[in-house]
Amino acid sequence: MALKIVKGSIDRMFDKNLQDLVRGIRNHKEDEAKYISTCIDEIKQELKQDNIAVKANAVCKLTYLQMLGYDVSWAAFNIVEVMSSSKFTYKRIGYLAASQCFHESTDVIMLTTNQIRKDLSSPNQYDTGVALTGLSCFVTPDLARDLANDIMTLMSHTKPYIRKKAVLIMYKVFLKYPESLRPAFPRLKEKLEDPDPGVQSAAVNVICELARRNPKNYLSLAPLFFKLMTSSTNNWVLIKIIKLFGALTPLEPRLGKKLIEPLTNLIHSTSAMSLLYECVNTVIAVLISLSSGMPNHSASIQVSLRSIQHYLGLLAMSKILKTHPKSVQSHKDLILQCLDDKDESIRLRALDLLYGMVSKKNLMEIVKKLMLHVDKAEGTTYRDELLTKIIDICSQSNYQYITNFEWYISILVELTRLEGTRHGHLIASQMLDVAIRVKAIRAFAVAQMATLLDNAHLLTGNTQRNGICEVLYAAAWICGEFSEHLEDPLSTLEAMLRPKVATLPGHIQAVYVQNAAKLFATVLRGQEGAPADRTVAQETSQLLIDRLPLFVQSANLEVQERASCILQLVKYIQKLQQKDVEVAEEVTALFAGELNPVAPKAQKKVPVPEGLDLDAWINEPPSESESEDEGRKPKGKAVFAKEESKHTKPRYTEVDEKELAKRREVRKAEQANNPFYIKASPSSQKVYQDGVGVEHIPVVQIDLSVPLKVPGMPMSDQYVKLEEERRQKDKADKKKKDKKKRREKGEKGRRRKGDSGPESEEDITPAHMVDITTEEMPENALPSDDDEKDPNDPHKALDIDLDKPLADSEKKLPVRTHRPDEVLRSPVDDGEGVEVVPELKKKSGKEKKDKKKDKDRKMCDIQGNLQDGSQVVVSVIFENKCDSFIKAMEFNVLDSLNSKLQRPEGAGPHDGLTVPFQLPPGISNEARFVFSVQSIVMPQKLKGTLTFIVKTDDSSTHEKLDFKLHFTCTSYLITTPCYSDAYAKLLESGDLKGSSLKLEGVSQPFHHLLARICFHHHFSVVERIGSCASMYSRSIQGHHVCLLVKTADQTVSIDAKCDEPGLLGNVLDEIKLTFSQC
Amino acid sequence: MIKAILIFNNHGKPRLSKFYEHYSEDTEQQIIRETFHLVSKRDENVCNFLEGGMLIGGSENKLIYRHYATLYFVFCVDSSESELGILDLIQVFVETLDKCFENVCELDLIFHVDKVHNILAEMVMGGMVLETNMNEIITQVDAQNKMEKSEFSSFFSLYRRLSFSLPGRTGRHRLVLQVPLLVPCLP
Repeated sequence: MALKIVKGSIDRMFDKNLQDLVRGIRNHKEDEAKYISTCIDEIKQELKQDNIAVKANAVCKLTYLQMLGYDVSWAAFNIVEVMSSSKFTYKRIGYLAASQCFHESTDVIMLTTNQIRKDLSSPNQYDTGVALTGLSCFVTPDLARDLANDIMTLMSHTKPYIRKKAVLIMYKVFLKYPESLRPAFPRLKEKLEDPDPGVQSAAVNVICELARRNPKNYLSLAPLFFKLMTSSTNNWVLIKIIKLFGALTPLEPRLGKKLIEPLTNLIHSTSAMSLLYECVNTVIAVLISLSSGMPNHSASIQVSLRSIQHYLGLLAMSKILKTHPKSVQSHKDLILQCLDDKDESIRLRALDLLYGMVSKKNLMEIVKKLMLHVDKAEGTTYRDELLTKIIDICSQSNYQYITNFEWYISILVELTRLEGTRHGHLIASQMLDVAIRVKAIRAFAVAQMATLLDNAHLLTGNTQRNGICEVLYAAAWICGEFSEHLEDPLSTLEAMLRPKVATLPGHIQAVYVQNAAKLFATVLRGQEGAPADRTVAQETSQLLIDRLPLFVQSANLEVQERASCILQLVKYIQKLQQKDVEVAEEVTALFAGELNPVAPKAQKKVPVPEGLDLDAWINEPPSESESEDEGRKPKGKAVFAKEESKHTKPRYTEVDEKELAKRREVRKAEQANNPFYIKASPSSQKVYQDGVGVEHIPVVQIDLSVPLKVPGMPMSDQYVKLEEERRQKDKADKKKKDKKKRREKGEKGRRRKGDSGPESEEDITPAHMVDITTEEMPENALPSDDDEKDPNDPHKALDIDLDKPLADSEKKLPVRTHRPDEVLRSPVDDGEGVEVVPELKKKSGKEKKDKKKDKDRKMCDIQGNLQDGSQVVVSVIFENKCDSFIKAMEFNVLDSLNSKLQRPEGAGPHDGLTVPFQLPPGISNEARFVFSVQSIVMPQKLKGTLTFIVKTDDSSTHEKLDFKLHFTCTSYLITTPCYSDAYAKLLESGDLKGSSLKLEGVSQPFHHLLARICFHHHFSVVERIGSCASMYSRSIQGHHVCLLVKTADQTVSIDAKCDEPGLLGNVLDEIKLTFSQC
Repeated sequence: MIKAILIFNNHGKPRLSKFYEHYSEDTEQQIIRETFHLVSKRDENVCNFLEGGMLIGGSENKLIYRHYATLYFVFCVDSSESELGILDLIQVFVETLDKCFENVCELDLIFHVDKVHNILAEMVMGGMVLETNMNEIITQVDAQNKMEKSEFSSFFSLYRRLSFSLPGRTGRHRLVLQVPLLVPCLP
């Protein structure tokens, strides 16, 4: 033995250890990957050896490689081997490796349960410590359930080192196994007053984490924490407690008053900046909750904070801002200064603050400052951030703070001059939104957009950064839709039909074409009023006929279709014009009708009319590919649903083949004459074939070094000045009026002095009466709360009332019977008349296990049979499928908290049960085992092993077979007959909670279906009427389960009720599974 | 909760990574790269907090970091942790390393990442702060190291001592890597 150890050590000397590996990697900088792959091969060899030292060394190296990004999950089993070494050194290496690379889906984790349990109860405190540390990183729901009890015991360990680790890991256990929270909580609370500060700190940590998510459940602990806060000297603990109080005060205002004093004391006495900051933060929260408003106080605090740490000061300010906006607003200048800070974190925080600080009064000023920053800002990310913030600030709460929309439009127009921004579409949607919803602004907006269109070349100078072109989309649409406000529609029309437009992205061109038609209608109407100008009208038609062919040849389908449609229409109109027919009226009718803004959520909120089933198929379901197209409609570009089918006249494009051929000829001739048409050559063909957009067409870049001011565009600055003047004037007017009034009242009333105080919000009147149309909502829209919580949040499960005294049944839940030191009572079998129910035919689980060796040895069928109370009888059929004799079978199951194998008295908790027979080849026999079960709400899987000896003529070998026992919830149900009147009474009682299930594509006849549910899930039919049946079953613990099964067109809907919702949910899941398998 | 603890050098080479939530190896590497990218472009005299790693956390989480000589120590935490508290914790961590390694420098972390893990395990467990008292941490670490030594025969310990002294500070970048992380206090 000793020789072996020495030999192993010598072997090891020649192995590469971690340091050698690191050095090797550093020496192979050029071919690192290759070097590492040879190392991994070596490691694989090392892992195959028996020597645990070699294995541990290999695992240690793997941990390092994992950090470098190599997948080492293949070695998971070796890691478990190293973990189970008896030497602390190796165990530590193993647990470290496991904590780095194990996770919930690592399958070998289930092998570790017993090893971890052993380590937890090890006499060596560091074995326990290492196991706890490792477990904290890879705990799974199964491990949490199986080990919860062991860890709870460790919480009262004699060594504080173990206690603090055990307390801390409980949080992870709660997350994975929420049922353990209530039983463990009293002990956790005890630990808050543990003599060891480390344990105390751990308990505070855990409770703070818990309370952060569900603060209201922990209010009752406030006095205890209050005591801790005044007595503890550990800064870390204090910080945690103070943070916790910050979360609690909004729920309990009385707490706030009490806190102020000790917090102020701490603020004055502490030297730790971190503690000071958290104190101030909580004071702020307290002030907010008191809402007594001590703005001066908090303001002074945060100013002092600002000098400490910009970032945190700003963070704190944003908290104050929510309730005391005025006290922060006075620091506007400071915050604007922060925008100049070179630290991006601070700049972004400051921007956030600005968002909340604007008012009607200062909006223009703030935005003006921001615009300056936009010009200065380097780096597109930050500039884009500024741009979005400007738009956010202006548009917040339905343009609440905008008093002058002309100013806003000009801001938007100025923003279009930003180079290389990604947010063109954002500006565009703002333009559209304002133009549509603020009717008074339309004339101005249209004028601005017309200029923008006229100067489109400035925006599209470089098609590479075409983000900003999106603005033209909005501009073209606004000009077209509200063309009656245009001063000179003809020139705008001309601008929209410039050949350069063809370089824009397809969807913008499409809008251009469509809106050119609208403009055309306006032009016609304007000109037909004056009959002398007939010729002008005809010239306009000619203009369209000349220019539209360019779009007809567009590679974009949408553009092409619209252009050819409109081209034909214009040609027809031209014919009519030549016959001196008045057409303006009819052409205008094409685009008549008001568009109303519709709220984005409107569609969702339309209530479903009674009797309409939206899920029912109207026709047979279409194939996958067809339905896909529907989902692909572009979203978000337009603020409203655009109606495309406004055409009331019949389409002119319905032509027969001959006509088409003729037209094609004509078109070809036209194209030949058209100087803008790129004639068909192989290369240009290619462009059209694969270029869906037009980006590929080379465009001569106009390099503009000087930022251009678009001629004729008003600068937003002018508006700021104008607005100032206007306000002054308003104020003056008001004063005059007031004076007059006062003079009238003067004799009686006292004169108030100094009305030069800050003007209040209400004093500022909007520049023009602006009617902001609210977005339309459907009538009788359903009020819906949109705050959907994340259903996957693990903390939701921990929202448990902890003050309720523990019920007996709960005390039992996480307790293991074999722990002698348990304070809580061990479960006792219900002694009351164990009635034997007729044997059930349902199999609760069936596993076929194939040995991976040469041939099948044996197979076990597991049938779960139940008895009343909390006991379950499982009968197992052992069948010997091999040619050898099998004897000395031993059956063992790894107990869980919930289910335990009943072992004879005196047997240890891990001992196996001997199977009382031997199996000759080909023979099968049945053995029964009794399990006690605590909670039947959840399905369970128990792992177990069967060991046995295979005896052949000349030798006998020891073999092992792993299996799983699956306790489904169904297996806890007992078929119980029920009469319909009793059933009705049960449903009326109102004790039952409902749930439902829908199964689709079930083609079997209804009675088969019912039979299936009866057979597989132990229900009995109470009543059946047509395609509707009520069913009933009862659990071994007396829960009633009622089902109402309906079927229609291959769809089965099951409405279920039960007094235990958890059980019901699981039963329904199992029913669903049964039908999905058939 | 602490979501992750990362140590990497001025070039983004990871020296220690500890994730308290599971990510695939590829994602972990991406997170390290992204974090390095975010942290390294910041000036020395700006604040130690930043938001917005895409991969780890999103808006809930913050990165809190300190830069010591050649190494960045980055903690990714959620809103339940105090920013300045974590900053103090990083300092405690580095001072503990300094005590355990005697004038800790990057080279120590390169060759003894397992030891660094063991020290860290006494401070932070499963993403929660276990101990902030430096003396207590060092006591526990020393006790465990002593235990490790006692488990081996004299022959073996000789070997181990040899192997520890082997990775001498003779690397190519010796001078850079040997810069002590903690600047000695001036009198």
